[in-house]
Amino acid sequence: MTKTTDTPAIDPFEAALGISDDKGRSPWEDAWHRLLKNRAAVYSAYIMAFMIMLVLLGPLLISWESDFTDWDHTSSPPSLQSGHWFGTDSVGRDILVRTLEGGRISLLVGLVATIVSLLIGVSYGATAGYFGGRADRIMMRVVDIIYALPFLFFIILLMVVFGRHILLIFVAIGAINWLDMARIVRGQTLSLKNTEFIEAARACGVGDWAIIRRHIVPNLLGVVMVYVTLTIPQVILIESFLSFLGLGVQEPMSSWGALVSDGAQDMESAPWTLIVPSVFLTATLYCFNFIGDGLRDALDPKDHF
Amino acid sequence: MMQDTGMARHTLRRFLGLIPTLLMLITVAFFLMRVAPGGPFDSEMVLPPEIEANLNAKYHLDEPLLRQYFRYLGQVAVLDFGPSIQYKDWTVNELIAQGLPVSMRVGLTAIVVAFVLGTLLGITAALKQNTGMDYSLMGAAMLGMSIPNFVIAPVLILLLAVYAGWLPAGGWDSGIASMVLPVITLSLPVTAYVARLTRGSMIEVLHSNFIRTARAKGLPEMVVITRHALRPALLPVISFMGPATAGMISGSVVIERIFSIPGLGSYFVQGALNRDYTLVMGVVIFYGVLIILLNFMVDLIYAWLDPKIRYDENH
Amino acid sequence: MSLLEVKGLNVGFDTPEGEVHAVNNLNFSLNAGDALAIVGESGSGKTQTVMAIMGLLAENGHVNGQAMFKGKDLLQMSTSELNKHRGSEIAMIFQDPMTSLNPYLSIEKQMIEVVIHHQGLNKAEARAHAVEMLRAVRIPDPERSIRQYPHEFSGGMRQRVIVAMGLLCEPDLLIADEPTTALDVTVQTHISHLMSALRQNSNAAIILITHDLGVVAGLCDRVLVMYAGEAVECGTVEQIYYDPKHPYTQGLLNSVPRLDRPEDTELHAIPGNPPNLLSLPEGCKFRDRCPKAYAACTETPPMQIDEGQHAHCCFRGASE
Repeated sequence: MTKTTDTPAIDPFEAALGISDDKGRSPWEDAWHRLLKNRAAVYSAYIMAFMIMLVLLGPLLISWESDFTDWDHTSSPPSLQSGHWFGTDSVGRDILVRTLEGGRISLLVGLVATIVSLLIGVSYGATAGYFGGRADRIMMRVVDIIYALPFLFFIILLMVVFGRHILLIFVAIGAINWLDMARIVRGQTLSLKNTEFIEAARACGVGDWAIIRRHIVPNLLGVVMVYVTLTIPQVILIESFLSFLGLGVQEPMSSWGALVSDGAQDMESAPWTLIVPSVFLTATLYCFNFIGDGLRDALDPKDHF
Repeated sequence: MMQDTGMARHTLRRFLGLIPTLLMLITVAFFLMRVAPGGPFDSEMVLPPEIEANLNAKYHLDEPLLRQYFRYLGQVAVLDFGPSIQYKDWTVNELIAQGLPVSMRVGLTAIVVAFVLGTLLGITAALKQNTGMDYSLMGAAMLGMSIPNFVIAPVLILLLAVYAGWLPAGGWDSGIASMVLPVITLSLPVTAYVARLTRGSMIEVLHSNFIRTARAKGLPEMVVITRHALRPALLPVISFMGPATAGMISGSVVIERIFSIPGLGSYFVQGALNRDYTLVMGVVIFYGVLIILLNFMVDLIYAWLDPKIRYDENH
Repeated sequence: MSLLEVKGLNVGFDTPEGEVHAVNNLNFSLNAGDALAIVGESGSGKTQTVMAIMGLLAENGHVNGQAMFKGKDLLQMSTSELNKHRGSEIAMIFQDPMTSLNPYLSIEKQMIEVVIHHQGLNKAEARAHAVEMLRAVRIPDPERSIRQYPHEFSGGMRQRVIVAMGLLCEPDLLIADEPTTALDVTVQTHISHLMSALRQNSNAAIILITHDLGVVAGLCDRVLVMYAGEAVECGTVEQIYYDPKHPYTQGLLNSVPRLDRPEDTELHAIPGNPPNLLSLPEGCKFRDRCPKAYAACTETPPMQIDEGQHAHCCFRGASE
């Protein structure tokens, strides 16, 4: 939204422009071109690609082990000489390696929990939308009810009740974050179900499954993609939040949230322990938000927000 | 008048709709806490069995689960959350009464700051659409949305408290100075989101036909914006108030911990780490009710601002 | 001096695909009491012409040329200067009644603000005036209706409210963009009468944009035919209806059912589509669809004006 070219209304003209009939670009190509024009989104995608490479390969290339305690350099500031480019924490562990390995966890949580929420959300939403009527009303009422609950507190409750296991973090976040997805998919399915092209397909004797595969799924793909890119940063944020409170991943495993929490303890004597993981975390969230935003604009240019 | 009955009916219908939500809230919270492995008294030391039995009896933990559930439901209905399990001499109500005013002070200030500042920034960006001003405001807003509050809080403490020494790094003396950093931290993401929301809806409204009509009437641009564009542009912002408050309440949990503020959020985290069933449940239900009521109020404000809703309920 | 004189008006829009040439070198003028109809297909530039005059183009639009209103160029005015004329001396009636009224304000608020702002009336006077005007457009029970919101009215009623709003300040120039398209015939007639009355009572000039040639005959005395952003023919209603010179005008008239012709006369749709405004062809813009096109049409035909002030641009001068 921030940098795309807005195309203000020139309403009566659009019909007469005759743009549509000179070359037949598919909507996906159109969206792709719009996305490429959004510089913020494109740069963000590059940065994210770089970030993912760094997180995956970095720890292999750096000679320090993440749990190695270098007693000669405790709380040492970033320096090239000591070999700890981004400094060490109070027990002499290399901040960069720890941050990169923590990044693996954070990104993994983001991905897995998003997939969990995607699976629940899509099946729930599609079911409600496809059957419609009473079933739909009841299912959506349930969503409304859950929606009104303070969900973060429920995640905390879950963590308290079932212990702080990483698998549980995936499931807990994913299981609570599916509501938006369900609503969006349900709305789309409902409106698609009754559109003329689906009816036409049905009239031509195309089977249910083929309709879903060939017509419904491709039409849902756009919104789902946008939603996924916007859910990943949300989930990463929730995980970091929990880890910051000490309710997330546990030592020796680490995540960006846990590192920020550690860094905040030592920030007066060793500010780099706070700054380094904070920058990685914030940059990731920032980039994902821009990409999601760019995708939304590209796929639905009318929607300004 | 017709519109008033429409509003009354709308209010009643929405109010009745709250009941299942409240019930669900209490039920889920209750059963979640009860299926927890390990009771509240087996953490620290091994108690003699008769004492543990006594304790369990005191907190009705020896009764069948369903009975406990209805007992709790009955208590909550009269807003009695029972005694805290960890803070021996306190009831949950007393703990809430102690923490809430502090949390409210910070929270309300942050909400006001976020909505006033956010809408102003959003309107500015919309009126200067596609200029450098717009881009930098929206870039900053995106950053504000992306920086987690537990990152910005320590960074601000480091810069403004530790290095510059202008503000206290934490603690609570009810003074303005001790509120500044918590309020900034808490309101930042909401301000940023409100700014983006306002900009988007303002731009959309400014492109609508009725704004063209208003301009054709020769009204000064200022009047066109304040009288004609502002209300519809702010409707999405109004409906965001519910989620925003919920977000701030969750945010306050972290903020209160970082700034050592003795608010409700601190009690909650403490309770969560100590398995203080009654306290955690009490706080979750209390916050839940607060958010639900707030959404209800936002809904009414929305209906009041949008004549079409009042009308549709009647027809 | 003419009330409004438009000279060399060009309107363009920047779009991601390139510049759209919506109006090209348009000239026309209007005296007090005149009623001019601008007709043409959608996309012919008729709406954008008046939007440019009113200073209401979308922000990607740009305009050059002149639009002299009472001797002052509207196109050169700042917004605040323009606001002294808009709404009071020049009023506009928009075509889409469903979206042209503010859904969040009562009809009363939307009506009285015009007179309060331009004529300095107080609230009560403004309200009385607005009620009177609603009565004039035959809104039933105007005292009560005025307190209602737009969504409580039907499309036809809303259009009448919009007309009433346009007439409130007794403008010298009333621009009506398809004011009756959405309405049923009896209301159409009534609104035409209202506009005629305004013309007779206060010697106002009217620009009527429409593709309904029936309404034109009842209300207007001159017609400007536009095609692809250009004027192709201009003359009195009689000249245009009975002696159309331009093949496009002829096509337009042949595509309208008329009672004054033998019953078995066939209706002809004009084949093809208007040209792409992104890249207009050289020469006559209509030639691709024109049954009479010949080699010369690749040159731009000049505007020819005969002794009866009947102007047209086509090398095939005389009809048939």
